[in-house]
Amino acid sequence: MQFDVLVEVSPRQGVADPQGQTIERSLPALGYEGVAGVRVGKAIRFRVDAATEDAARSEVEDMCARFLTNPVIEDSAVSLTEVA
Amino acid sequence: MAPVVGVVQFPGSNCELDVIEAVTALGGEGRLLWHGDATVAGVDAVVVPGGFAHGDYLRPGAIARFSPVVGAIADFARGGGPVVGICNGFQVLTEAGLLPGALRKNEGLRFLCTTVELEVTSSRSALTGSVSVGQILRVPINHFEGAYTCDEETHRRLIDNDQVVLRYVDNPNGSIDAIAGVSDEAGNVVGLMPHPERASSELLGSADGVPLLQSLLDRAAVSA
Repeated sequence: MQFDVLVEVSPRQGVADPQGQTIERSLPALGYEGVAGVRVGKAIRFRVDAATEDAARSEVEDMCARFLTNPVIEDSAVSLTEVA
Repeated sequence: MAPVVGVVQFPGSNCELDVIEAVTALGGEGRLLWHGDATVAGVDAVVVPGGFAHGDYLRPGAIARFSPVVGAIADFARGGGPVVGICNGFQVLTEAGLLPGALRKNEGLRFLCTTVELEVTSSRSALTGSVSVGQILRVPINHFEGAYTCDEETHRRLIDNDQVVLRYVDNPNGSIDAIAGVSDEAGNVVGLMPHPERASSELLGSADGVPLLQSLLDRAAVSA
């Protein structure tokens, strides 16, 4: 089976996110009021072969822990979509 | 015999020759270590210099930690060998798990290129063994991702175990507890954001990096 993978990397809760803070402060100047909780991260997309969805998820989570994120300062959220 | 300081060269390093120049001026022998060679044989100390190893792709140090030389540095460090990471080198050593914590983007999102005052807060480390606690040193910084961060438990351990090596007098980047440099538990692995090699002569505006590099040479001479 093949899966399209989306890994969203974001600063961990409690870790300062100066990019998010700057965007949040800028929005009211453009007339967008009431925006809170802006966090800036990155998205990493790729395709992976695996026997099952669980196997794919487990492999991607391993990649996140070892390479794609720095767990000291970053969290990751993994989304998998089976390729039709 | 002059102690040999191995200075790692990754694709994208840009301070390796400055470190060799500074070490040589103090009577040491500097030797380049190519990142693709899985050995640090023949050196008495290792410096991981500043720059943009592997283009800082993904995160500073994230790719570099998998370079073959880093495994050899880890073995050298476990055997008590002195290892110092400067700026990007500090980022590489935290990514490699040889030092606790991480470096995040500076508060205010400013790239900082200036000279700052540092307070020496431990003389136990390989970089500060010949310096007095409380001494103030003027050393340049040059970084975007230099705000030291770690969780509270790690911070407490750093304090309890005397692993905070240098603090900024006037915290320029939002580092936790104004930390500019830390060591591992044993004190032989040290990382710092400031560049002592750029403060190695009065001609450069400050010679305050000399006692730090001299401390490293003194430590290296023990095994030379």
